[in-house]
Amino acid sequence: MIRELHAFPGGLPLAHYMEWTCGEESLLQPLPARIVLPLQQHIGLPATPIVNMGDKVLKGQKIAAASGYVSVSIHASTSGTVTDIGDHPAPHPAGITARCIVIEPDGEDHWYDIRPVDEYTTVDPRRLQEVIRDCGISGLGGAGFPAHVKINEGVENAVDTLIINGVECEPYITCDDRLIQEKASYVVAGTRMIGHAVQAKHRVIAVESDMPAAYAALARLVGDDIELVQVPARYPAGGEKQLIQVITGKEVPCGGLAIHIGILVQNVATAAAVYRAVTRGEPVVSRYVTVAGAVPRPRNLQVLLGTPVTDCLRTCGYEPQPGERIILGGPMMGQHLRSTDVPITKTSNCILVQQEPEPAVELPCIRCGNCATACPIRLLPQQLYLDTRAGNYDAARQHHLFDCIECGCCSYVCPSHIPLVQYYRHAKSHISAEERRRDGADHARSRFEARNDRLRADASAETQRESAGNTASANSEYVRAAVERTLARRQARDAGPDGETGSHD
Amino acid sequence: MTALLLVCALLACALAPMFLRPPAVSSRGSVRQARLVSRIDSLLPQTQCGECGFAGCRPYAEAIAGGKADIYLCPPGGPVTVRQLEQLLGRSPAHPARGPAATPATVVAHIDEDLCIGCVKCVRACPVDAILGAAGQMHSILPAQCTGCDLCVAPCPVDCITLVPAAGKSQWQWPRPVSTMAATA
Repeated sequence: MIRELHAFPGGLPLAHYMEWTCGEESLLQPLPARIVLPLQQHIGLPATPIVNMGDKVLKGQKIAAASGYVSVSIHASTSGTVTDIGDHPAPHPAGITARCIVIEPDGEDHWYDIRPVDEYTTVDPRRLQEVIRDCGISGLGGAGFPAHVKINEGVENAVDTLIINGVECEPYITCDDRLIQEKASYVVAGTRMIGHAVQAKHRVIAVESDMPAAYAALARLVGDDIELVQVPARYPAGGEKQLIQVITGKEVPCGGLAIHIGILVQNVATAAAVYRAVTRGEPVVSRYVTVAGAVPRPRNLQVLLGTPVTDCLRTCGYEPQPGERIILGGPMMGQHLRSTDVPITKTSNCILVQQEPEPAVELPCIRCGNCATACPIRLLPQQLYLDTRAGNYDAARQHHLFDCIECGCCSYVCPSHIPLVQYYRHAKSHISAEERRRDGADHARSRFEARNDRLRADASAETQRESAGNTASANSEYVRAAVERTLARRQARDAGPDGETGSHD
Repeated sequence: MTALLLVCALLACALAPMFLRPPAVSSRGSVRQARLVSRIDSLLPQTQCGECGFAGCRPYAEAIAGGKADIYLCPPGGPVTVRQLEQLLGRSPAHPARGPAATPATVVAHIDEDLCIGCVKCVRACPVDAILGAAGQMHSILPAQCTGCDLCVAPCPVDCITLVPAAGKSQWQWPRPVSTMAATA
């Protein structure tokens, strides 16, 4: 059956620069001198360490447990000794440190005793979910949403279509392309496993039209149970909402989730990770990373999580120099790294070295409307910009600021070079912080009032006791008797051979 | 004539509720006043620090609503709160120059556990019950509940409480882009 494809509004036809890296086999990145694993590599609560400093750990051993439902575990990516649990630089736009577990590798790379699930088709889907959570699988596409949460939503709600997203729409990035070419069987088997876990009616693997090798690799393996779809190359076709629109023609409602319209989307790397977890019990300990841009030998690398970005760059013949802009992620949505001494995490898909000396000078908005044409969500980028600039955050919110996926199309087309997405990010985090502050204030208010009520109740009980002085005589009689008994006991004890007296400081 | 009488009677009927209103007006007024207090209270930061000279945020809100206090007295609220109160009440602060200069950074109290003697004085001082501890036992702050009001610092006889920045990634915000437009204009 040929699936009819649809279009999403806006978007951009971008040059891909994929040919540099998609044809060459990926390299295994050598073991680094130090592995730094942040406790938060996913959306949700950071994991809780379950090892201590000095502990010997093995590859694949769980070293931090999921702290709640929306959280995943972290596993040692090689065998060695835990040398520190503390704050270290992590990928963050402001270079803020994060809690990390540091492992000094012993060079042996010994695996922990891991167990596969016997046969996934006979296993209860709920058991599969547990396996997926315990193996620390969060979305490997970039957002890092815990996979088991999405799959659980899929179990609770009927899933019509499971989409495995192999559409890498950002320029330069080819890590999913390479993964499909090299591990197509993992992707297809993983698709079947997730499909079984959520009992999806339709299973679709989507790749971009400019990934012929990946398409061919998958086409050899898929059967009648999986549809293989090539979507036209247009940025951001790989965004979850846009891909759903292209494949099903349905639009995820504002403020809603894909599952609300019966669709579950997972990345191809996530599907491959599910395959590994189910057939071998292997947790996520490494990932494909594209190193591209102004490096001598651009290449895809298979990198152990926690390996410094510097090491990956060196493998590709590039020595980090101060002043050059290094981006973690793609050119459209990635973030600038202040230092390359940060680890690769589950969501790092690309390291890009840019040689643009300085960003273009920002000019006033001329209201050309190009941004609105380019916006794939059909927002009004210029209105959001004006609202944010004026500090009118409520208005920005009413103009659906939180539906913005920060794809960067508006900034890209802006003839005035206004960094629009930066304004939206600022507005979003400002509104969220304001909300947190308000929630905190409400909480403090209720505690303050509860305390005042308690103090009032105590005071009125006190006055009641005082006013009921004569009726308390029976009570005081009782207390006096108890005190006398205690004194007698103390005398008896002090007279004894091993009597000791308590003392207070 | 009868028509005139009828009109008068109708008028009397129509106007009767007006004359019956006065008691209702006062209760409605107090409801309005209570609502105003709640709205003012909702703008205050709920630090309960008492730096305004009142026993907490709600007492201060009551004083503002009753016209007994000015609107610039809340240091933790900073200029943002003053501006919001201005908008709500339509009055400007009497001494704007004396208003707080900037919103201070978020802080929480921290107890140096080596120094704490377990005197319970800070526990009693805390307006939001954010300190745990019993007599003779080491005390501890619940950072998630602490408003950083500073009221526990003074009562401590061994100076073991300090205010520390409530650090963490969640506090970080994307900065507002610095416009380069001014340079070109």
